[in-house]
Amino acid sequence: MKSLEELREIKEKMQGQIGVRADSSNDTRVVVGMATCGIASGARPVLNTLVEEVNKEKLEHVTVSQTGCIGLCQFEPIVEVFEPGKEKVTYVKMNPEKAAIVVEQHLKGGKPVAEYMLDAEYR
Amino acid sequence: MLPEISLNILDISQNSIKAGAKLIEILVEIDRAKETLLFEIRDNGCGMNEEQVAKVVDPFFTSRTTRKVGLGIPFLKQAAEGTGGEFSIQSKVGVGTTVSALFHTDNIDCMPLGDITETIWSIVTMNDNLDFVYTYRCDGKEFQLDTREIRNIVGDISFSVPEVSSFIKDFLKENKQCVDKVE
Repeated sequence: MKSLEELREIKEKMQGQIGVRADSSNDTRVVVGMATCGIASGARPVLNTLVEEVNKEKLEHVTVSQTGCIGLCQFEPIVEVFEPGKEKVTYVKMNPEKAAIVVEQHLKGGKPVAEYMLDAEYR
Repeated sequence: MLPEISLNILDISQNSIKAGAKLIEILVEIDRAKETLLFEIRDNGCGMNEEQVAKVVDPFFTSRTTRKVGLGIPFLKQAAEGTGGEFSIQSKVGVGTTVSALFHTDNIDCMPLGDITETIWSIVTMNDNLDFVYTYRCDGKEFQLDTREIRNIVGDISFSVPEVSSFIKDFLKENKQCVDKVE
């Protein structure tokens, strides 16, 4: 069995090198809808991919979190990106592959992926 | 309808979070000889009165305002009972709510447990302002993840920090393998 002792060692190692960032007001927030509608459409692997890719790319200014029903159940899984000073971007009918591309192009590269956005669905 | 038991656990625990719970206890108990799987989610959220409890199993009742139907609980009840199992919900205003579902895993209509490790990991690391006690038991062997113990060790470091987050995932994965192992 794995014990929490290992976590103690991890914490020791992190001590110091993690300057707990006091100011998170400039963070980009990525929010995944995780109500029944989102979960049923596959939100869990989307959320997990976002977390894994953001960690892998070491995007420290990005926080990934979950929310309830966004009110557009037919478009789930939905991912919303809130960047300070910019208009909200809503990605719809997401999957893990699209999520990885959003991390790469939007969160890392700064260019929102137009074809996954809500507006594109209406065109 | 949610195709995995673990997705139902994710769904029900979101209800607990929305009910303002500070502590959420999740139990998954498997008995391979009896071919049963039980899960129970106990929270100390706002709770519901008797009238509301009676209504939650009705698909045309929901506390939400975004639409008029709530299907999470009714489908779960149907899925558990459809395997010859049981469903129960107990709640008290100001005390909390306990939801439990028993599945007969030998029934052809029983959905798979699914990825319980990924599920618990995402609940725990995404809500590190809340306390969780997750117990996984199989044929009498068990392990537990108590986020209060983790909090004691890491202090004010967020559970979503990669090092902590991946420790939690490994902890869940490896200990489940240990518990599942047939002696």
